[in-house]
Order: sequence, then C-alpha cells, then structure tokens
Amino acid sequence: MKRKSHSKTARVSRRTFTAGLGATGFLAGTAPFNIVRAQGAALKVGMLLPRSGFEAGIGQDCQRGVDITAGVLKELGLPPLQIINADTESSVDTARARAEKLISEGAQLLVGAFDSGQSTAIAQVAEQNGIPFVINIAAAPPITEQGYKFVFRNFPTAGMILRDAFIDQKEVFAAVGAAPKTAVFMHVNDTFGTAMKGGIGAVMPKFDMPYKIVETIAYDPAARDLSVEISKAKATGADALLCVSRLNDAILLTREMVKQRWTPMAIMSMGPGWYEDQYLKTLNKLSDGPLSFAPWYDPNKKLSKQLEAALAKAHPGVNMNVNHVYTFEALLIASDAYKRAGSGDPKALADAIRKTDIKDNVSIGPGIQFDAKGQNDKIKGGGIQNRGGKLVTVAPKEAANGNAEWPLKPYDKRA
Amino acid sequence: MIAALTEGISRRAALLLVALLAALILAPLFAGDYLLTVLILILYFAYIGQAWNIMMGFAGQLSLGHALYVGLGAYTAASLYVHFGIGPWLGLLVAVPVAALAGAFIGFLAFRFRVAGVYFAILTIAVAEFARVGFDHLSWTSGSSGLFLPVKQYAHNDLWLLRGHPAMFYYILLAATVLAVVFCRALLKSRVGYFWLAIREDEEAARSAGIDVFRYKMIAVVISAAMTSFAGVIYAFYYNNLFPEQVFHISRSIEIILGPIVGGIGTLFGPILGAALLTGLAETLTAALAALGIDLPGAKQVFYGICLLLVITTLPDGVWPWVAKRIGLGSRSK
Amino acid sequence: MSADVYLNVAVGGILTGLVYGLMALGLSVIFGVVRVVNFAHGEMMTIAMYIAVTLFTAFHLDPLIMLVPIAAVMFAFGYVLQKRLINPFITRPEYSQFLLLVAVAIIVVNLLLIAFGPDAQNVQTSYGYDSFQIGPLIVDATKLYAGVAAIVVAAALFGFFQYTRPGTAIRACADNYTGALVVGLDVKHLYALTFGLGAACVGAAGCMLLLIFDVTPAVGPAYTLLAFVIVITGGLGSMPGALIGGVLIGLTEAMAGLLFSPSAKSMFAFGILVLVLLFRPQGIMGKRTAS
Repeated sequence: MKRKSHSKTARVSRRTFTAGLGATGFLAGTAPFNIVRAQGAALKVGMLLPRSGFEAGIGQDCQRGVDITAGVLKELGLPPLQIINADTESSVDTARARAEKLISEGAQLLVGAFDSGQSTAIAQVAEQNGIPFVINIAAAPPITEQGYKFVFRNFPTAGMILRDAFIDQKEVFAAVGAAPKTAVFMHVNDTFGTAMKGGIGAVMPKFDMPYKIVETIAYDPAARDLSVEISKAKATGADALLCVSRLNDAILLTREMVKQRWTPMAIMSMGPGWYEDQYLKTLNKLSDGPLSFAPWYDPNKKLSKQLEAALAKAHPGVNMNVNHVYTFEALLIASDAYKRAGSGDPKALADAIRKTDIKDNVSIGPGIQFDAKGQNDKIKGGGIQNRGGKLVTVAPKEAANGNAEWPLKPYDKRA
Repeated sequence: MIAALTEGISRRAALLLVALLAALILAPLFAGDYLLTVLILILYFAYIGQAWNIMMGFAGQLSLGHALYVGLGAYTAASLYVHFGIGPWLGLLVAVPVAALAGAFIGFLAFRFRVAGVYFAILTIAVAEFARVGFDHLSWTSGSSGLFLPVKQYAHNDLWLLRGHPAMFYYILLAATVLAVVFCRALLKSRVGYFWLAIREDEEAARSAGIDVFRYKMIAVVISAAMTSFAGVIYAFYYNNLFPEQVFHISRSIEIILGPIVGGIGTLFGPILGAALLTGLAETLTAALAALGIDLPGAKQVFYGICLLLVITTLPDGVWPWVAKRIGLGSRSK
Repeated sequence: MSADVYLNVAVGGILTGLVYGLMALGLSVIFGVVRVVNFAHGEMMTIAMYIAVTLFTAFHLDPLIMLVPIAAVMFAFGYVLQKRLINPFITRPEYSQFLLLVAVAIIVVNLLLIAFGPDAQNVQTSYGYDSFQIGPLIVDATKLYAGVAAIVVAAALFGFFQYTRPGTAIRACADNYTGALVVGLDVKHLYALTFGLGAACVGAAGCMLLLIFDVTPAVGPAYTLLAFVIVITGGLGSMPGALIGGVLIGLTEAMAGLLFSPSAKSMFAFGILVLVLLFRPQGIMGKRTAS
C-alpha cells in the first residue's frame, strides 16, 4: 500500500527502463525503503518458514533457531533485527504472497524458506523488488544458477554435501581401520533425495571409495511402510547401508531393520533424519550408531557453544541441529551486513552481504563468504554419530569431538 | 453471435460488468506488488474454476483431479522451453492437445463403462495421483528434483517468452478469465449447453430424449481439460519451477474446486466470486491474526475451515446466486 | 533373490493389507449406507491416534487395550457429527458433501497441529519390535496382532449387521431408503448410528496402526485416499470386500516394491483401482446395483 503514492511513475518508467541492463539497480532505487534509517534502528527482516502444512515439523524447528537469535546477536554486539514472521503453509503460492506482503510491510531483507520450491518463488519476488534474500536451507543447485543479484545461500548444494560426505567417510574408515566393501543405497524420492542420487554417479568415482554400490532403492517420501524396502536391501547382503532420508522414513527404516533382524556393518546417512531429536527420542537405544554425513556445526567453535547455550536455555532437551544452525547463520549474515552497510537500504545491504567475511561462525569450515553467484562455497560437511541420545562429531578432524564407534552394534544385542 | 451473447443481459448488469472490468484493467496502476500478487492468485483460480465448472457445473461430472491438467500443461510447455527453447505460446500448441488427450482418455474409459458420481471422482483422483508418481520418476522432466526454468532474462518484459513483471501475468490471466466467461456463456447458449444441462439434471432422461450422452460428456471433459492446461502453462512461467509433489498433488485439485463450489456451481460468476472470496479470506485472516499478534501456525486454517463450513451450510447453492438476487441480477444468475 | 524374500514380502504385504482393510471398513460402512463421501475419514483416524498417544504418554495405557474405549469415543463423535452437521447433506450433491467434509478435515488437521505440534508421535510398547521367526519367515508381531484384530473387528461388525435388529434396519435403509421411511424406521437415527459405527471402526484401526506408524497432524489425507481406493476395489458396502481389497492393495504394493522401484509402488495401487473401476465397477465383492 505504501507503493501507492509513487507507483504510477515507477511503473511507467519500469516498463521503459527494464528493457535493458541495470534494471535491478534501478528497481532497487525506486523501492520505497531506500529511506536511510538511522543506525541503531532495528533492521526489518521478513522470516519465511513452512510452519504449517506438510513441512510444519521442520519449519517450526527452524523457528527455534529464530527464537534464540536475538540474544546471541546482542552478546556479539551486532545490531538487533526486527523479525516479522510469516508462515508459507508449505505452499509455493503462499510463499510468494507472503514475501510480497512482507516487503509491502517494510521488510528490508528476507530470510527463508527451507524448501527449494518455496525459496525459488521467494527469490523471484526478492529479485524483482531488489530486496536481499538469504536462504537458510535449500539444497537444489539451480537456485544460485539463475544469475540472481539479491539472492544468497549459506547452505551447501547437493554436490557439496556429497563431496564432503565421501571425504569424511574416508576419514572415518581410516580412523577405525575398517571399511565396507559393498553398500546398498536407499534414498527418498523427493527433491533432495533425487538431487543426491543424481550427484552420486558423478561425484563418487572421483573419490576412489573402498565400497561399491550394489543396488539403489528409491522409496516414496510419503511411505507408510518400508518393510519391502528393507527386505530388498537385506537380500543384497551388502556390508553397509548408505542412505538419504527424512525423519519419518529414517525411523521406519530402523524399526524394520530391527524387526527383520538385519544389522549392517554401518549406516551412513547423507542428509537429515538420522540425527534428529525425534529419531533419538523415538528409538532410544536403537537410535545409537548411525553415522550422518551432513551440513553440520563445529562444536569446537566459540559461537557454537554460545548458540548451544542459548538453545539449551530456550528449549531445554533439544539437541542443536542443522535447522537451528543455518537459520541462525542466515540472520547473523543479515545483522553483520546491516552493521557494515550502515543503512537499511536494500542495495547497500546486498552489496554488504556480497562482501561478507565472517570467520567466527557456527557451521564447519573457514567461515561465511559468498561467491559471484551468491553461494557460500566454503561450507564443509561433517560426520556425526548418535551416541546415547547425544550427537558426537567424528569428522572432519578439525571439528571432531570424538571418535567413531565401529561397527554398528547389532540391534538384537541391545538390552 | 454477439447479439446472442448479450441477449438477456439487463442494462443494470451491463453497467456493473463494465465497471468491474474497468476496475480490473486499471487495478495494477494502483495496486502495490503485494495486492497484485493476490489479484493474480484470484484470477488464476477464477480461470481454472471456470474451466472446472464446465465439467461439474454444466455437464454434472465431478472431477477431483484437475491438478492433472494443470500439471500436464505446465510440464509440457516448461519441458519444451527448457530442452528445445520453444516458447510458451508455441508450447501451448502441444500442451493443450496433451491435456485434452488425457481428458479424453479418462472420459472415454469412464463414460464407456458408465463410471459415474463418486466413482468417477475417485477415478480422476487416481489418474492424477498416477501422474504425480509417474512424473516423480520421469527423468526428462528432472523427476522429483524439480524442473527449473531459466530466469536470466527476467528483468525485461517479453510477452512472447512470458518473462517479465507480474503485471504482465495479471493482464494475461485477466484476458483469459474474460474470454473464459464469454466462451462459457456462448457454450451455455448453444445446443451443447442445453444438452449438458439436460444430462446434469437427469442423465437417463437425456438419453431417452435422444441425446448422445457419451459424446456430450466427452466434449465437456475435453474442453475443460484443454482450458485448464493453459493455466498450467502460465503457472510454469510465473513460478519458474515445477515439482510433481506440488503441481499434481491432490491438495491442488481441492484448491481448484473450492472456489466454484463456494461461488456457485453452474453459474458464470460463481467461480470468479468464489476465487476472490477465498483468496481474500485467506489473506484477510493472515492479516487479522498478525494484527492481533497471534503467531500460531494452523490458526488461520482453522478459521478458514470454519468459514467454509458456514458458507456450505447456510448457502448450499453458493454465494453468487445469493448476491445476484441482492443486487437485482436474479434473472441472469445462470 | 531367493524365494525367502518373496515369501517374507508377501506375508508382510498381506498383514499390512489387513490393517489397511480395517481402516477402509469404516469408510465402506459410511459410504455404503449413508452414501456420504467421507473426505474426513483419515482425519477421524488421526484424532483416534492422538487420543491413543495421549493416553499412552500420560497413563501408559496400551493402545490395543484402549481400542475399545477409544472406539466408543469415536462412535459418539461420529454419531454427533452425522446428526448435527452432515445429515442435511445426505440428499445434496456430492460436491456439496465434499466441501463440507473437506472443511471438517481442514479444521481437524490444524487443531491437531496447534494442540500437539507438528512432530511425529508414537507409542513405545514392550512388544513394539518383536518378530516371530518360523523357518525362513520372519513375521512382524505388531502387524500380526493388528491383522488378527482387523479380522475380529470385521467379524463383529458383520455379526452386528447380520443378526441384530439395528443392524438389519441399517441394511434396510441402505437397500431402500424410501422403503425404510415408509415402514417407519427412524432413518436419521440409523444414519447417525452408522456414521458412528464407521467412526468407531476407523478409531479402532487408528489404535492398531499407531503400533506400526507414527502419527502427525497431516497424515490424514493419504489414508483417506487409500481407504477410498480399497473400498472401491473391494466393493462398496461389503465387509469381506474391504478386507480383501485391503489385502489386494497391500500385496500389490509389496510385490511391486520388490519387483520394481519401491518409490513407484503406489502407481500400481492406483492402476488396480482404475482396472477395477473399468471392468468390475461394483468392486471385487460388490453386488451390481442399479443406480
């Protein structure tokens, strides 16, 4: 509605001007929020997460990361953020409408949205309005391949996750002095799972892995029952189970392995599910052992400890995970850029984000920087293991706080 | 032809119609980007609702799987663009026949074997779900990892390749909706329309009156599917990414049909009013809850559901017939 | 792959199918008698599952024992829902019923989201991970219990409809609505009774399914759809039909998962549905009725 006053001129000139280059800069110039705000006023950040609908679980978990951000930013002496929450309802239509609404309400920067489809829809709105958009989680490679000027992703792509998974696996094999010779690869047939499967064929040969994949089994993300899948996997006689899962299916797979009395030498997950709190709580002793090779935090970093403390205070009993870490880091990027830009002007913010160089961060790797495409290509994955309801980081060395237990303790020998 | 179409429209109705159209044409000049996005959503659902209404409202065939035709249209045009650089308008020449064929396939099987009512509805869901899982596995369209359209040329309004500002999509959808209303009115005034209504009211009676029921039901499905696929093409080029889970999902099919039912089945303005009411309701509820400081995921949908319940229990024929009567357009509510 | 694998998968598929069948039984009763398209069927099951979860977490009550009281609660819920809300809709067109129940479903899903949060919940019974080994065959204990319970509940329901007065009265309503009115049956009450029975059935199924699957607020629609597929495959209003339909779908999905890609197995279930609709629209066990 704020647009109303000048929309007529803006639109006429938009039509004539946008034909050429430099249009994005021009659009940013006409955006109503280039009023230079006095330093000290909080930056208005629109937070888009799927907090209802089928992704509600993850969206609400990410929200925990939002909840603890204000306190940590204050400890760091960074400028505060005024966060406006919006629910994408797990829908692309709603994500787009919410993004537009947030901008109309004065949001100077957008953060979100876990899902690749919703993030793409929001990215277009951000780009059009010249408002920076920092993606917390979404692994589909094409998002940062579109030549966007205002879209930044501080999360690894599927290819990066795989690369680090193989590096870290080899590190674990070397440390324990054992390695599987064969593996059965099970993956959930959704956006992330398929992207990972596509990457495996291309990435794996480069790493000379000690095992070969004897069979690939894809299953339905909405599967209610994974007994057939496990029967099939068990029948391959493979040493290890390599998988890309979500939460619900990770639980189902474990239960079926117990019931069908199959314990592989190792379970090596390359994504979410196996390390999540619900997995640990639901399966108790049976949750011990699986290794996850995923985007993770470095428990030895100072900021990780601060964040863990904040989470323990706000949500006691919740283990810190990727959702909290990357949602927090997205907001950290926003606050850091705001400080350096010295204003809430979206274009200045975007320029500041592009020059981001945060050394003290939470996730594994040298820190946060963006390449020309707006992708943080410095992020590294980690290897973690479930042990007694807690998570131990076992790889890479610089981030490890424990050694891997190997092999997997048989499910029928756990009292 | 034009005389036949305008026949029976009262002066009052004509004035209101012109005023509404003028307001819609001028709207983007005054609306902010957010309002424009909401208007685009309304027109999108109004247009598809109109297409769905041909099958249900006119010919009495309940389809709960219209996401199938949206998806086929979207995926056909998007794939042609991504793989061969063929623009959406040329892609439409393939997308529409593909969707029409799918409609004809469902219709042929169902009507030949006399699958009707709820059974027909479940059949349409089954085929849409079949397509969803199928597309999840179709590597040519990138399966479940999603089909992304390149958006590099985004900053410039290209009507031919459908790359540009939302206002462009708004006018395309507005034109499509207006054409759909005119087309539907023409259909209703034609022989086909009368036969459809006869079939809808009593299929057996229509058959014994000598109407080729199979043929006219097929026509309804094919026209409806073809029209719906156009919305799919627009969807693909508006959002620039397609996921089978999003596009073909049964919840999309349900969204499509809520508007026409709430607005008034079988009426020309029902689908439009229904889409406006429901999209407006959803946005209003979001804004109202935010204003009250309620940040409770799910609360909006609860109120939304309650509103749906109220409408269907108090106005079972839909809102438009009720409104039409109030504003003195009772005679042309059909 | 050895024959053992096929045997294990087939047995697992049949047992899962029986549980699906029990869930579908409730829909079959409602759909077959009241002729209302219960698009909130899966949501009714979700409610029962959450009651069971709550009772288990609070008082450690086993869902299999709580099955009876929960079914009773669901019966009351179904009875009231039919009598107060749905009854005027039984003579209205399907799309009208559809919208009504979709609205109910939206409200239920989101109230559950607000009340219980989005995370999956489950119960941890002592026998949750048991399995029986008979030679090369490994049978999942919870599935076996649930499968047996499904047969028992179906038999009880069958007995009710065959041998009790209200049961035969309900069948009379289903066969001839006007006839039932003419002979002075309280159709409104009988319909509410039927809807309640259907709800009790799906409530019982929910308790058993909870042993096998976790519950989230959003699981409903998938089960609603599955129930429809099974009911139409098995034959409307036929008790054995629902179970046979369930077994057929369960077995088909299992075998398709084994022989082809598991991620595509639901395509085969929908494929079967399409074939049944075309070649035997009354369903495998259904009677051909003039419509």
